[in-house]
Amino acid sequence: MNRTLKDKATNFSFILPALIIFAFFYIYPFFYSFILSLTNYTMIGDFSFKESFVGLTNFKDIASDGDWWKSMYNGAFITFWALSFQNILALMLALSVCRIVRMNKFYRVVFFILPVLSEIVIGLLLRRLMLSEPAGRDVLNHIVNNLGLGFLAQDWISGERVRLITALVHCWKGFGWAFVIFLAGLSGIPEQLYEAARIDGANAWQSFRKITLPLLMPVITLIMIITIIGTMSAFGMILALNQGAGGETTVPIMMIYNHLGSDLAGLACAEGLVLGMVLVIVSFTMFFISKKVRKKYGVLPD
Amino acid sequence: MKIISKICLISFIGLTLTSCKPKESKENKLVIWHWMADRKDIFTELAEKYTQEVGLKVEFKLFFPPNIYAQKVISAARAKSLPDIFGILGERKTLSSFIKAGYILDLSSYMKEDIDGQEKSKIRWKDSFYPQTLQTVTFNENNTYGVNAGIYGVPIDTALMQFVYNKDLFKKAGLDPEKSPETLDQFIAFAKIIEENSSATGFICGWGESWLLNVLATEWAMNSMGEAKFLKTIEGDIPYTDPDWIKVFSIFAKLKDSGILASNIATITNKEAEAAFAQGKAAFSFNGSWSVNVYEQLSEELNYAFFSLPKVSSEYPMKIWGGAGSSLMIDANSSKKDQAVKFLQWLSTKEQQEFLAKKTNNLPAIKNADAGLSPILKSLLGNLKNLTHPDVWPKNEDPRIIEIRNRGLQQIIMGLKTPEEVAEKIQKKKEKVSGK
Repeated sequence: MNRTLKDKATNFSFILPALIIFAFFYIYPFFYSFILSLTNYTMIGDFSFKESFVGLTNFKDIASDGDWWKSMYNGAFITFWALSFQNILALMLALSVCRIVRMNKFYRVVFFILPVLSEIVIGLLLRRLMLSEPAGRDVLNHIVNNLGLGFLAQDWISGERVRLITALVHCWKGFGWAFVIFLAGLSGIPEQLYEAARIDGANAWQSFRKITLPLLMPVITLIMIITIIGTMSAFGMILALNQGAGGETTVPIMMIYNHLGSDLAGLACAEGLVLGMVLVIVSFTMFFISKKVRKKYGVLPD
Repeated sequence: MKIISKICLISFIGLTLTSCKPKESKENKLVIWHWMADRKDIFTELAEKYTQEVGLKVEFKLFFPPNIYAQKVISAARAKSLPDIFGILGERKTLSSFIKAGYILDLSSYMKEDIDGQEKSKIRWKDSFYPQTLQTVTFNENNTYGVNAGIYGVPIDTALMQFVYNKDLFKKAGLDPEKSPETLDQFIAFAKIIEENSSATGFICGWGESWLLNVLATEWAMNSMGEAKFLKTIEGDIPYTDPDWIKVFSIFAKLKDSGILASNIATITNKEAEAAFAQGKAAFSFNGSWSVNVYEQLSEELNYAFFSLPKVSSEYPMKIWGGAGSSLMIDANSSKKDQAVKFLQWLSTKEQQEFLAKKTNNLPAIKNADAGLSPILKSLLGNLKNLTHPDVWPKNEDPRIIEIRNRGLQQIIMGLKTPEEVAEKIQKKKEKVSGK
């Protein structure tokens, strides 16, 4: 008995440092944020829960705040494009690069350059290309006009399609991550399965549908969860690109950041928690859907 | 191997613990935190001068950009590690929170002391400042913030917001460069004439930074309905759906419809607007007195002048947004409080203020220190009597209302919302926030 306890204590001591760090940097801030979300504390001066307690007022305000839900919609819109366009593009490129033997590494590096660059750098760079005269040089419109694609010329920064343009810029910046993870997932699929399928007379589409897709499902789930969390938390690039375009591209983190700077720390914490809860629910839903799909294809045992 | 592991562990713990709190310097020096990147060298020069004259070392520490600086000050206050002197960025509510938390020294008693005035005469410290400038760091009796009455900071310069116009573009369009527009209609007409006669845009401003919209809306609101009615709106006695407010929001719709606004104006930063105006790409802009320094650095040839906001009504006076540009506060818990006060008193003397104003191209915080000012800055001094600022109002608008108002104005400019829709949205929020 003593021996078992000692073993358990030894085992526990190995994870203790990580647990302490996790508790200090994640669990404590989470609970502290929850406590702050119940107050109107401004982050200045000594914190008195009793004096600053406002109950669920901040959460009620969020529930009825149209601008907050619009920012969630904006985030969801960009996420939808990231989930569909960005990830499909990444998968297609990963499938192509996976089959290319020559210059394989070169493509990996090229496609991974953008994610490595700072969000702010990408935002500012594209702003310089897109901003119209007199503040900018209208570079992008000049390019499309010179290419004979004048019908595409438009107000890229604050026009009617600003939300879509922001989403596409986000996809352009982010597809490299998904590409690298897809590539890693594809290289983990045994080549023998494809050979067996070929012998059985399966064509490329059948191989993709019956082998690649089911075996890639854990990777797809991972990428989808990362995409959702990453896109809903996007902020720097959008701020640099168009400053939120009068609320048209304002995303939740922008609202939280603004409220923190306006002495509304309690409200900002409540918003952070609401966003966090939404992301947790979406992530778990994605996880369960993926589990069901894998079960359906027989990749996961019942 | 065991010894190495132990050394590593002890070093790790030691480093972690020692890095938690910055070491306090035992050296007798004043530490000042600021965010004014453009004045870094000038402050250093002043610090060296003070050390030579008084023998006390002064160190100015720059933290940039301003939002990072603001967060640093809040964190330092919570960690009780504020420097001897610092500035606060933010609204009056932020300043009042610092005061109530006991972080800022009340300078009222020190302000009664005499400092060097003109030609070796003495003047009471308080009397040396422009009253409008000092007001921004003063809390009166029974203020709505619940702060004890007192003076809690030392302004180091004065700032105000005005319209600017490009005189060369005026000439090119056949307009009299010495005659600026007086009404909104005249302003729009002039901008259109300039657009027709040059490749320049009528008006540019950094409205992507919504505080500039807030300033403009406030000034036009005060001109349109008077200061008293404006303040009653903040109190919640007048709704934002009042016809006078709709009229104010409609000004922005009118500007949009007139076609004189620069493309992407709702997302342009102030820096971008300043650069475009300095390059002669726009006839008009709206900016602060600090822009004199900016324009000088961007273009030496720029021929421009300031003018008051175009009036929308002749019934009420046109107020000008302004007051203290930057102010410095003293840490109430500093062991060098008296030395810090002495330094700020020295900084407020005519000689140092003239030096600061001349070198930084800003208006001084004290009276009679305009000797070295450029003519364009001197032209602004006459406007000091018409200043207004949230720091001197009895009550400030809730930041959530300001946020929604600014965003609403951006939406009007982008053609996404009508003035009526914006007014209704703000009022709804106002009712929710105030619980009425």
